[in-house]
Amino acid sequence: MRIAVQKDAFDLGEESQRFASDVAISGINAGALVTFTGVVRGSEKGEMVAMEIEHYPGMTERAIKTITQEAQQRWSLADALVIHRHGRLVPGEQIMMVATAARHRSDAFEAAEYLMDYLKSRAPFWKKEMTQDGTGNWVEAKHSDEEALTRWD
Amino acid sequence: MDVLYFAWVRERIGLPKEKVETTAANVRDLVAELSARDPRYAAAFADLSALRVALDQDLSDFDAPLEGVREVAFFPPMTGG
Repeated sequence: MRIAVQKDAFDLGEESQRFASDVAISGINAGALVTFTGVVRGSEKGEMVAMEIEHYPGMTERAIKTITQEAQQRWSLADALVIHRHGRLVPGEQIMMVATAARHRSDAFEAAEYLMDYLKSRAPFWKKEMTQDGTGNWVEAKHSDEEALTRWD
Repeated sequence: MDVLYFAWVRERIGLPKEKVETTAANVRDLVAELSARDPRYAAAFADLSALRVALDQDLSDFDAPLEGVREVAFFPPMTGG
């Protein structure tokens, strides 16, 4: 399991490759690797110039670790990776990635979805959409995001 | 104890972190104490349903006791991912 909370950009290809190699080296019999990448989406009217992501150092790593351990147990994952960035990002930039490895693909897919759902509402990140004039709007949590968690109960 | 604020709570109160001497028994009492201090706190804590609280970096609730707690953080619902 690897968790990274970082300001820096990451290389999707390199990270996927490294994850696959780690799984292969570990000798765990995993037949399915799933990776998901989150990208900063521009606003519909294009008035958003950047997304500022604030987080709670310490608690962020801890919360992600708890969520990932939970996923590993529920789906007996061979391995999991979570990378989440903070700081100022522009539309089109990669903001986060999740990778899961399991014996079968349904476990790998489900665990990745579970990680995504929980990272959205339980990891202490907050997004602010910055506009050209330098003002910003905090992204409000959606009711649907909270509801998405109930399917894992 | 250390009290931390994030996102618009931080902006509304005007600081990210402070040391608070308190005898508040639980989070709700601490919120009342802070709100009585200054209108900025009262504005930030006006609607508790719009806020979340973490005690020593674990998500908690407003009725939780503060005994032994070293770090309290207030913030809006998270929007990661």
